[in-house]
Amino acid sequence: MSKRKTERLLGLVVCLLSTRRYLTAEQIRAAVPGYPEQDDLFKRMFERDKEDLRELGVPLETGVNHPFDEDPGYRIRQQAYQLPELRLEADEAAVLGLAARVWRRAELAGAAAGALLKLRAAGIDAGLDTDGDDAHSPVPRGIEPRLGASEPAFGPLWEAVRDRRPVTFSYRAAGRSDPQRRELEPWGVVNRHGHWYVAGWDRAREATRVFRLGRIAGPVKFSGPAGRVTVPDGVDVREMVSDWDSAPVQEHTAVLRVRAGAGVGLRRHAVSVRADEETPGWDLVTTRFTDLDWFADYAAWFGQDAIVLDPPDLREAVIRRLKGVLA
Amino acid sequence: MSALVTSTERLQRLLALVPYVMSRKAVGLAETAAAFGVSERELVDDLNLLWCVELRAPDPYCPIDLSYEGGEIVVSQAESMGRPLRLAVDEASALLVALRMLAEVPGLEDRSALSRLIAKLEAAAGEAAAASAKVAVQVDMPGEGVSAYAAQLRAALLTRRRVHLRYYVPGRDEATERDVDPMRLLVVEGRPYLEGWCLRAEGVRLFRLDRVLGLEVLDVPSAPPAEAEPVDVDQGLFRPSPDDVLVELELTAAGRWVAEYYPCESVTDLEEGRLRVVLRTPDTGWVRRLALRLGEDGRVISPGSLVAEVREAAAAALANYVA
Repeated sequence: MSKRKTERLLGLVVCLLSTRRYLTAEQIRAAVPGYPEQDDLFKRMFERDKEDLRELGVPLETGVNHPFDEDPGYRIRQQAYQLPELRLEADEAAVLGLAARVWRRAELAGAAAGALLKLRAAGIDAGLDTDGDDAHSPVPRGIEPRLGASEPAFGPLWEAVRDRRPVTFSYRAAGRSDPQRRELEPWGVVNRHGHWYVAGWDRAREATRVFRLGRIAGPVKFSGPAGRVTVPDGVDVREMVSDWDSAPVQEHTAVLRVRAGAGVGLRRHAVSVRADEETPGWDLVTTRFTDLDWFADYAAWFGQDAIVLDPPDLREAVIRRLKGVLA
Repeated sequence: MSALVTSTERLQRLLALVPYVMSRKAVGLAETAAAFGVSERELVDDLNLLWCVELRAPDPYCPIDLSYEGGEIVVSQAESMGRPLRLAVDEASALLVALRMLAEVPGLEDRSALSRLIAKLEAAAGEAAAASAKVAVQVDMPGEGVSAYAAQLRAALLTRRRVHLRYYVPGRDEATERDVDPMRLLVVEGRPYLEGWCLRAEGVRLFRLDRVLGLEVLDVPSAPPAEAEPVDVDQGLFRPSPDDVLVELELTAAGRWVAEYYPCESVTDLEEGRLRVVLRTPDTGWVRRLALRLGEDGRVISPGSLVAEVREAAAAALANYVA
């Protein structure tokens, strides 16, 4: 950290905030201490400073005071710079504190902390008690929703969605051995069942697609400039993601012979359980399932405590798994 | 920490510091340092830097005047820096996404504060709020059972009562009975959990509400002992212990989901999309079940005792079918 740079940037902000007229680079150099004498050094430093301020979100305007002015000037309009007046009721401030803690050590956790700091700078005393023991909070005490984003792809994809930039990445679809290169116009990111997904327009396939961030292998690269992606009207990325991972539901019935006292997980969701009169010490459990492979996995979990009797294809699928272990 | 702070990060703090003090008329050094997460010394450095800002043209002048005598900060002049900078897109999005997620958490009786706050922040953020609509978090709608348990647990937390749980442990395929002193209800990665002091285990435990088989609020006061530390969920829900067994598995492409689903000590890519993973577990019973479930898509490599156990379990289960 350079103290001189901080001083210079601060001087620049104050200088440009207090002027109504556009100030040229030369006028700025004369007013703000800390810029070098040499022209080329000054130019480079001033360019970097402008970039730094824009990255912080300082609305730096470029323009001329008079149509015949040759050099462009700069200013910061107070109205564009300042956070508008904001007053919060006690219950709203309590919720704000909770919201700022939702992001756990994740990409947007720093941004949430930065926002909270600005709101406190605006005079708001957000529910800052960290034990959540706040009488004003409409969220019952003791409830703490948390949101993680441990997938490395989250950061670049959020930036791409925010700045409307196309991206490329390699993606390993479920059960496939080779990752494939994808080019996507990202429309939004969605968290579902604790996992992040990105939805958008797949350029090569010319169709909408959904990708799970955890299955992206390697880096996400921008493949075009900001503003290049247009999200069609009426797109609901949430719906795209839930359509993608909820296969059409068709229920089937399974009958299993389950050892008495065991198979608690199977009995929990059973339609009926009755003692098997032919086989003492065992029960007949009838249950419903939608996905055969998923349910065969689940039945195998119970090992010798559960035997699938019906349907035959489910029974075969379990036998195949058990044989697979011994192969 | 200050060694890692960049010039722009410090600038951000300075720009917030002036309005922070001004909106409170006067405020203590210690309190302000705590609010900004810096030491009092760093804060005094910041104040000195602000006080020293000087503009030279057309006439030299100092735009900021402040004092911090007697441990109390007063800003008497700050020109146009009296208001904080607008929210950046990331900042507005982080808060709005979090608030919309909170609004979906089941069991909130009063959503009005949330919706009022969302509306106020959207208005204050202006254009910066637009991008937040592109991030959505879906809080899983729990089944009726889970909602009912959550409501019972909230009541138990409010009235500080002990609860009796019938709790399903899939790894052992067991319904366990235990008394728990509730500490918090958490929603982590879309799933609701009860955190509490388990009297049976004599430790803090997390219980997934979708595995609760039965729940009774007891007429006994809840009294988690002083040593009951809340779990730092930011470190992950799984806490390794020195007594854990290290299990090595080899997975085919179809078995890769294991590495996404369970926290792994290490994950190594092999040819043809296969993976080698190392898991840590206090109880190898669930790994045996996992291996049965995986069939040919996963194989236990070590420890040797578990390899044998898996084969025995598969052979015994298969015998049921040929009999």
